[in-house]
Amino acid sequence: MSLIKHPKSLLVIIAEANLEKLLIKDIQKLGAVGYTVIDVRGGGHSGVREGTWEADRTIRMEVIADENMADTIAQHVLEQYGKDFGITLYFSTVLVLRPQKF
Amino acid sequence: MVLDVVILFFVLGVFARLVGSDLRLPEALYETLSIYLLLAIGLKGGIELSQQPLSSLAPEILAAALLSFLIPLLLYPIFRFAKFNWADSASIGAHFGSVSVVTFAVALAALSKQGIDYESHAPLWVAVMEAPGLVAGVLLARAAQRRAESSQLMGNSPSTVSAKVSSAQGGWKTIAHDVIFGKSVLLLLGGLFIGAIAGVEGTAPIKALFIDPFKGVLALFLLELGLVAGGRLAEVKKYGFKILLLGISVPLCLAVLGMFVGNLLGLSAGGVAIFTTLAASASYIAAPTAMRIAIPQANAGLSITLSLGIVFPFNVVIGIPIYIQMGMWVTS
Repeated sequence: MSLIKHPKSLLVIIAEANLEKLLIKDIQKLGAVGYTVIDVRGGGHSGVREGTWEADRTIRMEVIADENMADTIAQHVLEQYGKDFGITLYFSTVLVLRPQKF
Repeated sequence: MVLDVVILFFVLGVFARLVGSDLRLPEALYETLSIYLLLAIGLKGGIELSQQPLSSLAPEILAAALLSFLIPLLLYPIFRFAKFNWADSASIGAHFGSVSVVTFAVALAALSKQGIDYESHAPLWVAVMEAPGLVAGVLLARAAQRRAESSQLMGNSPSTVSAKVSSAQGGWKTIAHDVIFGKSVLLLLGGLFIGAIAGVEGTAPIKALFIDPFKGVLALFLLELGLVAGGRLAEVKKYGFKILLLGISVPLCLAVLGMFVGNLLGLSAGGVAIFTTLAASASYIAAPTAMRIAIPQANAGLSITLSLGIVFPFNVVIGIPIYIQMGMWVTS
């Protein structure tokens, strides 16, 4: 028996932890139902962020939504925070079992 | 032994970082230690506060808040003159206006070691001096930004979706909330409050945890800060000699200002030394977090390198012994 699966967009936002509260408010206003946040560390264009103290923390936020909504959120995040903050965004398609949750 | 033992832990942290050691304190421990220190400092001040009348403290609280607010305003033209842009000038000023709790803790440890008395309610000054400097920094940045925008006449306005949705707008509320209810001020004032209500007897059962091991915990925290500050030293080179010069001269100038204010308030030698230390210290916890959101255009790496890579090590190793001497000198 194979399960019925539904395609959705997984938007991953890697950002400075300072932005967490703002991002959560923004994505909720834009209509996303849920999100997951994980503390991470790494390096890139904005330098190395080791996550050892307050101002050096980085988060990875995952949002599963319809493609259009994921695009809207990504566009907003990029316009609002992309200029002054270290932000990485990427999409992938994931399969979910209960599409109404997203 | 000239250096306090806790400073040696800081030096060990810096050394470990410079030689590329894999030493790394778990983030959860850092978080726990910082909560402990803030609560313990608050509690200790509160217990002392419970034994004396509150009425005489108003001038000190007012002066502490005013000093914190004025520091960014005084520094702004100096940083602009040193060719920093408006955002960095305002942000760095806010770092200096706000205070470093650990620098304060090291000053207390040094005073106790030398047997110099100080006002026991000093943690109250720290709690009061955390926020006004940040507010002044944001005010400066907002004014400068408005000037820059009106001279440009047009800029790239964000799309309608972003403008409508952004939670970053209405920043004042967020900043005020994050500073006043942020963990530093909340725990310091909370500790003061609990200590003042419970008094010596009430806090006796928790004394073994919060009062006695304080210095050991401070040593561990300084080891961690040494690791973080050591990581910033390479950045000092990147920003050049100017930042090193400012990181040393600005605390010394602010120390003189703090010394005069402390003396005007009629504080004891130890009290003036603490006021001097607070004026000279730069925040590396509350300020970077608040400024990142309030003045996103500012270069966070620059202000953190300055406050944590230069000002903090300078103050704890060289500055505090000088500030204590200044306190003794001005009150003698």
